Amino acid sequence: MRTASADVRLAADYFDGYATVGLLAVVGVLFIAVAFVAGRLLRPVVPTPEKLLTYECGVDPVGEGWAHTQVRYYVYAFLYVIFAVDSIFLFPWATVFAAPGFGGATLVEMFIFLGFLAVGLLYAWKKGVLEWT
Amino acid sequence: MSDILDVAVRLAAVFVAFLVLPLVLGQTEHKVMAHMQGRLGPMYAGGFHGWAQLMADAVKFAQKEDIVPAGADRRIFQLAPAVALLPYLLVLVVIPIGPGNAVGEFIDAGIFFVLAVLGIGVLGSLMAGWASANKFSLLGGLRTAAQLMAYELPMLLAAASVAMAAGTLSLPGILEAFHWWWVPWQIVGGLVFFTAGLAELQRPPFDMPVADSEIIFGAYTEYTGLRFALFLLAEFAGIVVLCALTTVLFLGGWHGPFGADGLGPVWTLLKTALLAFVVIWLRVSYPRLREDQLQKLAWTVLIPLALAQIALTGVVKVVIQ
Repeated sequence: MRTASADVRLAADYFDGYATVGLLAVVGVLFIAVAFVAGRLLRPVVPTPEKLLTYECGVDPVGEGWAHTQVRYYVYAFLYVIFAVDSIFLFPWATVFAAPGFGGATLVEMFIFLGFLAVGLLYAWKKGVLEWT
Repeated sequence: MSDILDVAVRLAAVFVAFLVLPLVLGQTEHKVMAHMQGRLGPMYAGGFHGWAQLMADAVKFAQKEDIVPAGADRRIFQLAPAVALLPYLLVLVVIPIGPGNAVGEFIDAGIFFVLAVLGIGVLGSLMAGWASANKFSLLGGLRTAAQLMAYELPMLLAAASVAMAAGTLSLPGILEAFHWWWVPWQIVGGLVFFTAGLAELQRPPFDMPVADSEIIFGAYTEYTGLRFALFLLAEFAGIVVLCALTTVLFLGGWHGPFGADGLGPVWTLLKTALLAFVVIWLRVSYPRLREDQLQKLAWTVLIPLALAQIALTGVVKVVIQ
């Protein structure tokens, strides 16, 4: 029997690993900081208005850089969000689906799940969403 | 005390690998590309076959003036290279290189962690593309976003298939459960994962976001000196991480035909190096895909393939239980 305190300790152990990841992140940030500071000390700084001009093939830029543009793939973006959120649920399921006592039933469930995804994809395909013109 | 020392040694090892492996890969790329194209490549720096070329490049980059365009979003522009680079360092810590505890740190939800953190790297390119206030950079950034959205999903599904096969999300756990026949069993998933990874790294033939003949250098157009070098380092670190991950998930990591106990790390590195060679090879041999072809490939080929792989994995796994 697991006790409550054992559960707490289990959870603590579970997240222990992320402390090392956090430490490594600190190391990485330090590396970047040292590189940037060293770079500042080493390099020359001689700005001129021409240098600071936005580079667009050598001609003076016309209009603003944050120009309007048609994002043609926004439907893909919706598709992606829907599918990705669905797929996340595969992971917890993947760790237990073949455990004793699950077997065939989970397999059928998986095919239903895949069926949903496949029908969704087919629908988008038939609708012409995957054509890009 | 020994615990602290242990963690310090592991972190130091990961950090050194993070600095050295991308450089080795970069030099290999110079040479492999040169020989595939019937030329010599860099031959002077360092004397022997130009081995120090990347060091010379680094010195050059460090001396160059750092230019932030007057119209740019200064803070974001300056931070973008760090955001692009650091996720690859973090991912390296969970990749097991040999049996036992030859891994930076055991993370139980390893696959999950890796996929989540890898997605952040793309954010760096997006930040760069948007903050540059340059039309070409903006286009490059938008293409990067499109690529992330198309290829994250097949990558996720292919990785889920391996997690199903092993019944765990932890990378060392997956290798513990590995048998040689997993390679043919998961081969489709492996190909999907590798292809999708290439696309996320914007490597040729998926280098539309940095297509130099039409949008200069995409999101990195305005960068100079050290910050530009960090973006390049991120690209090579990304290749190392992708190849190592493919090795661990689909090729059995430290398992080899013989000598699994002593030679584990050698097998991992060998397989990773082989995959990295393929990455370079693809760059030399394939033309660039157009943006709509990219999307189409992901949604009509890779995702159905990945779904089929999941079905196959599920059926085989339940049958052999």
